[in-house]
Amino acid sequence: MSPDAILRIDALTKLFFGFRALDSLSLHVARGEILGLVGPNGSGKTTCINVVSGLYAPEAGSVVFDGEEVAGLSTHKLVHRGINRTFQVPKPFMHLTARENVDVAIAYGRNPQGEVDAGALLASLNLDALASRPAAELNSAQQKMLDLARALATGPKLLLVDELAAGLNPAELDWVAAKLKDFARAGMSIIVVEHLMGFIEQVTDRVVVMNAGHEIFGGTLAEAVQDGKVVEVFLGGGHAG
Amino acid sequence: MAPVTAAFAILPSVYSNHLLLFNFVVFLTLAQGVNVIYGFTGYLPFGYVGFFGAGAYGFSLLVMHLHAPPVLALGAAGVSAVALGLLLTPLLRLSGAYFSIANLAASLAVLHFISNPNLEPITRGPYGVSLSGVFNPDLAYSIAVAVMAFALIVVVYLRNSRFGLALQAVREDAVSAASAGVDVVRVRVYAWLISSVIAGFAGGVYAWYVSVFYPETVFGSDYSIFAIVFALFGGVSTIIGPIVGVVLLYGVYNFIGFSTPQYFQLIYGALIILLVLFLPQGLISFVKRRGVDVP
Repeated sequence: MSPDAILRIDALTKLFFGFRALDSLSLHVARGEILGLVGPNGSGKTTCINVVSGLYAPEAGSVVFDGEEVAGLSTHKLVHRGINRTFQVPKPFMHLTARENVDVAIAYGRNPQGEVDAGALLASLNLDALASRPAAELNSAQQKMLDLARALATGPKLLLVDELAAGLNPAELDWVAAKLKDFARAGMSIIVVEHLMGFIEQVTDRVVVMNAGHEIFGGTLAEAVQDGKVVEVFLGGGHAG
Repeated sequence: MAPVTAAFAILPSVYSNHLLLFNFVVFLTLAQGVNVIYGFTGYLPFGYVGFFGAGAYGFSLLVMHLHAPPVLALGAAGVSAVALGLLLTPLLRLSGAYFSIANLAASLAVLHFISNPNLEPITRGPYGVSLSGVFNPDLAYSIAVAVMAFALIVVVYLRNSRFGLALQAVREDAVSAASAGVDVVRVRVYAWLISSVIAGFAGGVYAWYVSVFYPETVFGSDYSIFAIVFALFGGVSTIIGPIVGVVLLYGVYNFIGFSTPQYFQLIYGALIILLVLFLPQGLISFVKRRGVDVP
């Protein structure tokens, strides 16, 4: 394990009425690294993000962020420490304008670099023309970008991206991939949960493959597809040979 | 805001039905209080009158037992309402209709607590309060206008401040608001207490103005229902909406409501249902849809 990890998850367990959504999950993310989190449906990827972002408190295990234990802290406290996220189904403030959506995060996000300019941030995600429109009028891809804008306004050191690519066209995919790489180059660490393997290959430095709430593989995507256990999980035991 | 305050400051000298004017001022205040909690956080407080009653009794207890001057007793009205608000903060864990029902039940519980005959030495129980010693309707009216101005200033602040924006964000989506760095529980409690203190002041000044009242008077569910209907009808989360609602609906009520009050209760009940279902943003939304930004 890298000694310079920004996030270190150890033996993390999350139960939903006895169902082990996370079953002693361990992984780490280095500073400036883009980690892909992949696995079949229900393997615990989104639950992992929900626990790390404070939406759920874990039953056991530890989450060390930037050298401090943060497991179980509430979301807004984690945001102030530098963890933010986007949602699989975008969750903007529907009746507020795009600009107001970002203004809330600028006002309350405690961005360590100081308050960002809302107009510039929206422009960087191609939302400037929609700034004064209610978020409800934006299409799904634009709402995802607005979620991202809200997260970026708080100046995260760790960004958790849950299925940002789903529903984007190929040109938008390339554009988003380039954006994420730019953020990482600037020092931000990113966890990408994604089903589109092309996108994962394009943006991630390393992947962790999950199954049944536990990590079964860590390495590059090219190595993952050679791994017997990974192939078994994705294609089923009968076909693995 | 200023025109409304000025209008109600001047009207008593040109219009003789001061009680009616006073009731308008009280409902304008309460409708803005409902606006703070419903318009900005989405909690519909069917027991909102509990704060009004708490304010009325907080005022009366200080006047009856400590012979406090009325203006000082008004402070106690606010404190009583905030204390009740703090006691009821666990209700904010509930959402939607569950919150409304629990809030209604809480206001009834306070009513029956205060009107308990065993508390007669303290609250006068069910026999009501008489404050004839401090009776001064002209001064009480002026203070009521000041309380209304305070409520309006609060809503103007919420419309134009980061805090108000954070409240609206929480109303829209609490999880996303937390992701924007907002301490959801804290801002909800602040809004709840602000709205309770508005009703508390209104209740205190009401007790002062009428001077003689029964527990059922100041805990009557009509206050909650009227204030909610007026705010919803005009349009919440704006400054003008609740004002429009009170002036129109309470105006109509006073024209024809006294002769056939039973129809008005029916109509108001139906209005709540129709507004929540089909026009949640009130009359103001007709103007907003044309792209006009309503303050």
